[in-house]
Amino acid sequence: MPKRCVLCLSLLLAACGPSETAGPPTLRWYVFKEPSGAFAQAAQRCSAASQGRYTIALSDLPADADQQREQLVRRLAAGDTDLDLIGMDVIWTAEFAEAGWILAWPPALAGQVVDGRIKGPVASATYRGQLWAAPFTTNIQLLWYRTDRVGDPPATWDTLIQRAEGIGDGGRIEIQGERYEGLTVFFVSLLASAGGSVLDAGGRAPSLAPEPTRQALALMKRLANSPAADPALDTSREDHTRLAFERGHSAFMVNYSYVWPSARANAPAVAEHMGWARWPRVDPQRPSRVAIGGLNLGVAAHSRHPQLAFAAATCLVSVENQRLAARLGGLPPTTAALYDDPELRRTFPFAEVLRATLEDAVQRPQSPVYSDISLAIGRTLHPLRDIDPERDVERLRRAVGRALRSEGLL
Amino acid sequence: MSGARLDERRLGLLLCSPAILAMLLVTGYPVLYALWLSLFRYDLRFPAERAFVGLANYASVLSSEVWWRALANTVLITVGSVTIEFLLGFALALVMHRTLFGRAAVRAATLVPYAIITVVAALAWRFAFDPTSGFVGGLLGLDHAWLSERWSAFVVIIAAEVWKTTPFVALLLLAGLTLVPPDLLRAARVDGASAWQRLWHITLPLMRPAILAALLFRTLDAFRVFDSVYVLTRGAQDTESVSILAYQALIVRLNLGLGAAVAVLIFLATLGIALLYLRAFRSGLTGRDWGGPA
Repeated sequence: MPKRCVLCLSLLLAACGPSETAGPPTLRWYVFKEPSGAFAQAAQRCSAASQGRYTIALSDLPADADQQREQLVRRLAAGDTDLDLIGMDVIWTAEFAEAGWILAWPPALAGQVVDGRIKGPVASATYRGQLWAAPFTTNIQLLWYRTDRVGDPPATWDTLIQRAEGIGDGGRIEIQGERYEGLTVFFVSLLASAGGSVLDAGGRAPSLAPEPTRQALALMKRLANSPAADPALDTSREDHTRLAFERGHSAFMVNYSYVWPSARANAPAVAEHMGWARWPRVDPQRPSRVAIGGLNLGVAAHSRHPQLAFAAATCLVSVENQRLAARLGGLPPTTAALYDDPELRRTFPFAEVLRATLEDAVQRPQSPVYSDISLAIGRTLHPLRDIDPERDVERLRRAVGRALRSEGLL
Repeated sequence: MSGARLDERRLGLLLCSPAILAMLLVTGYPVLYALWLSLFRYDLRFPAERAFVGLANYASVLSSEVWWRALANTVLITVGSVTIEFLLGFALALVMHRTLFGRAAVRAATLVPYAIITVVAALAWRFAFDPTSGFVGGLLGLDHAWLSERWSAFVVIIAAEVWKTTPFVALLLLAGLTLVPPDLLRAARVDGASAWQRLWHITLPLMRPAILAALLFRTLDAFRVFDSVYVLTRGAQDTESVSILAYQALIVRLNLGLGAAVAVLIFLATLGIALLYLRAFRSGLTGRDWGGPA
C-alpha cells in the first residue's frame, strides 16, 4: 500500500485520480458532442437515479458520423475496455454486431427499451432477429415547400418536378447530390418508394430489381437535368440545401426536421411560408418510404461493467430523456406516444407527418459491410446528371456485389 | 584485404550494428508484416474469416479503376509540385547564394514555411481558399469554390505543397551551388561564355549530385502525399492520392489485407522511383560531362 500511495503522489494524483476502488464505477458513454447539453443532462439524471451504482461520463466524438465511426472502430477493433456505452448511428448495427464489438440486448431487458417505440427505429437496432441497441432518438426526411409558391404539396416526384419547372425563378428543388452518405439516403428512399431494395431478404446478395431500380435512377437523372435543379447539386449536402432554401431561391427541399428551427431563427420571412408534407411518392399507388436515421445506444463488448451499462442505457433512453433531447436538442423521439405530447408538438408542429413517415420508414442496407455498399452506390451514381438508367442498373448491381464480397477498392 | 583493414571493417560494422538493429525493428518488421498481411483476406470486421489468399488482394487492387485514377492523381501532384519546386527553389538558391548582406536573415526567412507542420499549413491554405472566409477569392475578384472542383482543387493542393517544401529544395540546391568553384566561372567569363552558357555548361553539370538529391527526396515525399490532400479535400472531387486509398482501406474499412496490398504497392513504386534516381545519380558521379580541371 505505501508504495502505491507514493506512486499516486508522484503522479500528482492525476492518473490514479478517480480510481475504481473509490466511489461508483464510471461508465464511459462515447457519443457525438451534442451542442444543447441534452445528453449531458440525461447522463447526470441517470447517474443520480442509479443511487451510487454508477456514474456516466461523456466522451465526445466529432459531429460527422464518418469520423465518429472511424474513431470508434479503431478502439473497438483493438478491444479497448474504456468504452461502455456507444452512441451508434443506425447504420452501424449490423457491422458492430457481426464483428462482435457490441453485446446483444438480454431478452429480459429488451422489453423496457422497445415497448411503445416506433417500429422503424426498433428495426434499425435489430439485426438477424436480435436487438443490439436501445433506440434513443430518430430522424427522417420530410418534404419542405413554400406555401406562397405552391398550393397543395405535390404527392409524387412527377408532379413536384412539373410544378417546380412551372414556377421558374424561385422554383428550385433542393436534394442532396454530393458523393457522400446523403446520396445513399436519397437513392435508398427512391428505390424503396418504387418498391425495390438494395439487398435481398437474407442481406447477403444484391436485390436491385430491374424495374424499381431503373425507375429510381431515371428520376434522379431527371431531377439533376431539370431546369429546376440547383446548380450546386453535385456538391449539395443537407446543410447546403438548407442554406439555399433559407435564401429563398427554392420552392422544394427534402431534408431533416432541423431545418425548421433553423429557418425560424435565420430566415423568418422564409419560415413564415414554409410548409411540410410527406416525402413525395415515386409510385402513385404506394406510400413513399424514406431511409431512417437516428441514434441507438449499444453496450461495448469489452466493457468492464456490461450489466451496469445495460441498466444505464435503459435509463438514458427513457421517455423522460427522449423528451429532454427533443426539447433541448430538437432530436425527434423514438417513443410513439411522445408525438401526442402538447409540448413536443410545439417543438415539432409537423409531429403527425413525422410519425407517419417513421412508421413506413425503410432501413438502409443492414449489412456488416454497409459503409462499403454506401461508397459503391455513391461512386456509381455520382454525378446524378450523367446517370444512364439502362446501363447503370447493371453497373450498380456489380458494384454492390463487389462491396458485399469486400472486393477491390472503393 | 590486410588484417588491420579487416579489423577496422569489423569495428565499423560493430559500431553500426545498434543503428541497423533499431532500423530493422522499426522499419524492417512493419514492412515485412505489411507484406505478410497483404497475402491474406483479413478484415477486422470479420476476424473469423481470415484466410490466405495469395496475390488476390493485389489482383483486386490492380484491376480496380480506383487505383489507377489515384495513381494518375498522385503522379499529377508529384510532377506538378516537384517541377515548380525545382524552378522556384533554384531561383531562391541563386538569390541566397548571391545575397551580399543579411544572408542569415534571408536564409532563415526562406525556411519559415518548411518549419510549419504540414497539417497546419494545409489548414491555412484551406481557409485562405474558402469562398466565404478566405482572402484569395477577394484578392482575385473571383467567387469560386476552389476545393469543390477537380482542377482547381489540384491547383490548391499543388500550391500548398510547393509553398511548403520549396525551401527544402532551395537549401539543397544552395549547397550544390557552393560546390561550383568561382575560378571556373571566372575563367569561362574570360573565354567569353555568356551567363546562360555558364549556367548551362558549368554550374548545372557541377551541381548534378545536389540536383538529383533534391529531386529524389522531393519526388519520394510528394508521391506519398497524404496530409495536404486529407485536410484540403479528403479525397473528394476525385483528388484521391494513393496514400488516401491506403488510409481508406486500412482505417475506414478496416480491411487490413487490401490496405496492406495498397501500402506495399506504394512502397514498390517509391522503391522504383528511388532506383531510377540512384541510377541517374551514379552516372552523374562518374559521368564525364565535363572534362575536369586536371
